[in-house]
Amino acid sequence: MKAGRYGVYGGQYVPETLMSALIELEETYARVREDPEFSRRLDWYLHEYAGRETPLTYCENLSRDLGCRVYLKREDLLHGGAHKLNNTLGQALMAKFMGKRRLIAETGAGQHGVATAIAGAALDLPVEVYMGEVDTRRQALNVFRMELLGARVVPVASGTRTLKDAINAAMRDWVANLRETHYLLGSCVGPHPFPRIVRDFQSVIGEEARRQVLEREGRLPDTVVACVGGGSNAIGIFYPFVNDDVALVGVEAGGEGLESGRHGASLCGGSVGVFQGALSYLLQDDDGQALETHSIAAGLDHPSVGPEHAMLKDSGRVRYEAVTDAEALAAFRRLSRTEGIIPALESAHAVAYALRAAGDLDRDDILVVNLSGRGDKDVADVASLHGGVA
Amino acid sequence: MSRIDDLFARKNPVFIGFTVAGDPGIEASFGVATTMIDAGVDLLEIAVPYSDPVADGPVIERAHVRALRAGTTPDDVFGLVRRVRGYAPALPLVLFTYYNIVYRRGADRFFAEAAAAGADGVLIVDLPVEESGEVAPYAARHGIDRIALIAPTTSPERQHAILREASGFVYLISLEGVTGERDRLPPNLTGLVGAVREKTDLPLAVGFGISRPEHVAAVAAAGANGVIVGSALVRLIEEHAGDETGMHEALVTAIVTLRRGLVPQSRT
Repeated sequence: MKAGRYGVYGGQYVPETLMSALIELEETYARVREDPEFSRRLDWYLHEYAGRETPLTYCENLSRDLGCRVYLKREDLLHGGAHKLNNTLGQALMAKFMGKRRLIAETGAGQHGVATAIAGAALDLPVEVYMGEVDTRRQALNVFRMELLGARVVPVASGTRTLKDAINAAMRDWVANLRETHYLLGSCVGPHPFPRIVRDFQSVIGEEARRQVLEREGRLPDTVVACVGGGSNAIGIFYPFVNDDVALVGVEAGGEGLESGRHGASLCGGSVGVFQGALSYLLQDDDGQALETHSIAAGLDHPSVGPEHAMLKDSGRVRYEAVTDAEALAAFRRLSRTEGIIPALESAHAVAYALRAAGDLDRDDILVVNLSGRGDKDVADVASLHGGVA
Repeated sequence: MSRIDDLFARKNPVFIGFTVAGDPGIEASFGVATTMIDAGVDLLEIAVPYSDPVADGPVIERAHVRALRAGTTPDDVFGLVRRVRGYAPALPLVLFTYYNIVYRRGADRFFAEAAAAGADGVLIVDLPVEESGEVAPYAARHGIDRIALIAPTTSPERQHAILREASGFVYLISLEGVTGERDRLPPNLTGLVGAVREKTDLPLAVGFGISRPEHVAAVAAAGANGVIVGSALVRLIEEHAGDETGMHEALVTAIVTLRRGLVPQSRT
């Protein structure tokens, strides 16, 4: 396989102006991976600062109701409330090792922006976060959180004024300020080496989960489930299980249903194309223009997906399913009531799939669901959908 | 001899204009192209509108949005090229596109249609030399020059690799950043032109940020064989929305004024 490729997917489809930065990043990443001082400091931040390892919680009530053994990998308990910090601490530390003096990031719902702002504050690097103008209004509280953490939020008024345009704006900033700036990309998307870097920093989720389930059950799980937008929490939990006899299921945003055309399921409902630096699955029209997407979960509302997922889909190693907004909302409420855990709407997609699939599982079957984030950020939105009635 | 080779053999330096096909509308776009040609553009770059033009600054991005809102498709772009070719049989035409448009259509079909419409070159802005092997055979099969980009941050080793693949002319990016007008050009332009000149006999054209006659003069003085103006012209289309006469007058004035910066040089 060519460097930076996952099967045929991935690659570096970027303007020439970005190539030197990608080459520098690739070289630095190869160097820091071998540097014991980098590993030591990252471990410190992950354990002493971010709160790793996160628990693998056995859900007694849900297991009883569903008739199988359900575990949640509790990334919602990571500092900041989502798995995003695994990657931002890793990349921010790497930026330090590269001698960069400034971090930029894109954000959709604001989770990655908040996680970058946290990492920037902890590592004393100024942070600017690009956020679609529409999203800055939808997620005003996260804008305030980022500002509270010392980051500057730059509203993006171009294109659809959402996540994909925030990525475009961050790439434009990076092109103009390569020498001093690290672009801290938040998912396993974009040109090589980003998909690899993000996967490696997120793999801590799967490494812990694998060890924890072995300790608890004495065997590997039957199924691991995670939601997929760009796909970083999913690749993080899947990757350490890829060579095991474990079913892996990625759950995409089905929005109002695949047939409605209003969804964010690039693997289930898209086709192969080049987008934001990589060859992968993409929601596009016949001419190759990216389509507008829809999901109740802002973090899944994106027209493309990481290239490694594209390969895992084609090889059949991971099965990708779509869950609708309505199913995700039902799962959001059900997990809150049965376990006292409010999931992020993104993670609620993975929970919804577990609810759907449980009928096919036996009493002793072990199901691990990656609970990638907590749902406090979504409570106000869900309340307004239900007229304030929980 | 190709139209591109012929132009650079006849004229030095040349003035290259850029427009987004379908901006401000599909029909109006033909008028923009002919006005630019009549005003003295020696080579026309025609961009294929795309939903996510990451290499472009805000002015050109908004032109992409206008063209897409007008419903412009790649078929319309080839249609425009065909009409412009009919209007100006000897004028070199270069298509400027993002790669997914080519990928989605299939590179063989894209280059075949480009050639049939009368394009002379294709510049795929997000297809660096690492990935360009995917399209090379099709460009060659259909006799289309692949215009390559070199940035100030491109290492000498990569310059060599890029130049081995390039044909037609080389597009030198003047600065670190996206397209768009700047107050001044970077001071090291002569160094960049000189460094690339040592490695190739292909004509060198400089673009990004050029918006004033003194910029044009500086590019010519740096030893470039062409100067590329994009945003400074595209902006006029936006500023004169709904006033076609005013827009055409503004384009003519801008091109005539900018061209004054060009002092003929003997090709060395």
